[in-house]
Amino acid sequence: MALFDAIRMALHTIWAQKLKSFFSLIGVLIGVTFLIAVVSIVQGMNVYMEDQFANRLVGLNTFQLLRRPSIVTGNVTDEVWREWLRRPRLTYADADYLSERIGTPVIFSRQCDGRADLSYNGKVAKDIGLTVSEATYFRIKNYEISSGRAFTAQEVRAGVPVLVIGDLVAERLFENVDPLGKMITIGGMPYRVVGVVAKQGTLFGISLDKFAVTPFTSPGRRLVCPANVIEEFNVQATSVPGMLQAMDEVETLMRSRRGLKPQDPNNFALQTAEGALEGWKKISTVLFAALPGLVAISLVVGGIVIMNIMLMAVAERTREIGVRKALGAKRRDILAQFVVESATLSTVGAMFGIGLGIGLAFLVRALTPFPAAVAPWSIAVGVILGITVGMAAGIYPASRASRLDPIDALRSE
Amino acid sequence: MTDAVIQLRDITRHYTMGSELVRALEGVSVVIRRNEYSAIMGPSGSGKSTLMNLIGCLDTPTSGEYWLNGQEVSRMSDDALARVRNKEIGFVFQTFNLLPRATALQNVELPLVYGGMPTRERRDRARQALDRVGLGNRMDHRPNELSGGQRQRVAIARALVNQPSILLADEPTGNLDSTTSEEIMRVFALLHDEGQTVIMVTHEPDIAEHAARVITLRDGEVETDTIRQSAA
Repeated sequence: MALFDAIRMALHTIWAQKLKSFFSLIGVLIGVTFLIAVVSIVQGMNVYMEDQFANRLVGLNTFQLLRRPSIVTGNVTDEVWREWLRRPRLTYADADYLSERIGTPVIFSRQCDGRADLSYNGKVAKDIGLTVSEATYFRIKNYEISSGRAFTAQEVRAGVPVLVIGDLVAERLFENVDPLGKMITIGGMPYRVVGVVAKQGTLFGISLDKFAVTPFTSPGRRLVCPANVIEEFNVQATSVPGMLQAMDEVETLMRSRRGLKPQDPNNFALQTAEGALEGWKKISTVLFAALPGLVAISLVVGGIVIMNIMLMAVAERTREIGVRKALGAKRRDILAQFVVESATLSTVGAMFGIGLGIGLAFLVRALTPFPAAVAPWSIAVGVILGITVGMAAGIYPASRASRLDPIDALRSE
Repeated sequence: MTDAVIQLRDITRHYTMGSELVRALEGVSVVIRRNEYSAIMGPSGSGKSTLMNLIGCLDTPTSGEYWLNGQEVSRMSDDALARVRNKEIGFVFQTFNLLPRATALQNVELPLVYGGMPTRERRDRARQALDRVGLGNRMDHRPNELSGGQRQRVAIARALVNQPSILLADEPTGNLDSTTSEEIMRVFALLHDEGQTVIMVTHEPDIAEHAARVITLRDGEVETDTIRQSAA
């Protein structure tokens, strides 16, 4: 018998008994919903973590040399923490030493961060991230300047008190006023605004536009770090291999400069976007490892429910089976009919599950800052699982139906 | 006899019911020729249902030979029997046995579906069969939208659609009032006139009267076998 006829017949049966069908489908439905939703959300998180989190905080093809890691996703023991605090600070001399000796083509920026209140014309923007750095900082961070300009290497060399501000700072202090050329006061010193950075959006719901950047030679440096000390030394290469090579060089140079013996651990940290993601990768690996188990449980339960429903259907339709056999249906025709019916039932459940899963993923996207990326492969897996579960659950009832004696079947009420 | 459709030679059929051996048929030999119109009669327990199941290839005999249209079907496998039922036998049941969720047309198509006929062709054939029983205007109705007589006519169309060697009817009027019964008997007579071999199992003498030949069974054996000249 043609597959299409069998499927149409199965859909007809499902539609005729909507409520019963719904209950029989719920196991498969939940299983597939779960699959789609979890995969979408975790993948969305992955995309988010890679694109937004790491690359925005660290930068593309970039690594940072720091006293201790600044992006920590796992737990840190007290002991490790104390070791971090005992490490020597990075100095201007370290930065000069490295920049003179790295052979790989790279750009650098020294950087310190702190928080400060910015005021203009009586308005105050409190607790703004104040970064002191170099002209290369904007390139490393991939900041687009929406109006004005970044400060220049000359201004950094001369220690000119100029300021590039984030979009939110511009909005707070300069409502309906062009911020360019205006003087902002930080810690009692005036700074001239030369540029505004294009809107960066949010990360985990926190605005990335509440910052101001000034040359590390300007008076603002005193507000965020001690003299001669730098918090971060950013190194950006043009490619990933270049970055890895530069990282090797920096590690070797720092170890020899600090006189570390081969068995001594590094007393500095090298941080990359990749490295910052390690903690998250662990979490997502665990989620993906647990997923098949959770989905399997729902699908096994769903399969058993469908098998029961199919056994009931065979019992209810014994006479129909007898009629079909009398009209010339062979065993395999009856077998195929019930297997296809069961597979169709289960696939319909999977389809609803996919719909619901995508719905859940979009709900998460609407309610949280995470994007939900629905993975096409998870939809394919959902459909295949639906068909497979249905067929597996249908085989036993179908084979019972196919083995019915036509005379007994015709006689049944 | 070259024009014999059915040759039953010394057929026995025994089965056990609980611990008891039931001898449903004990040495039945019957020959039915092409275009014969026969009725099988007998009280309950006479073995007429067992005989009908054997003739309809739903069952195989314990011993004896059954030749249907030149093939020995008494030793066939289940699937081979299914094929024979599909091609050679057209069943009409007392309770119509239409699929309730399928339309008249879909019901009539069913034997052709199992015969593996392509969709377009089988739809045409099913339409013709419904036209033949006068239900050309009821094709898309479901069984519950049809009267008893109409349902039985759909069943007859379904039985005939594969142009079977025999039309095998089991109490075809058992669930119908007398007017409708007569209507169905007229359809049978018409089919017989057109050359169809008809075998009907009944316990109603006035229905059996429509047939040209009446075979009565008693205790698993043929009691009488009479052929009338001016029947139907």
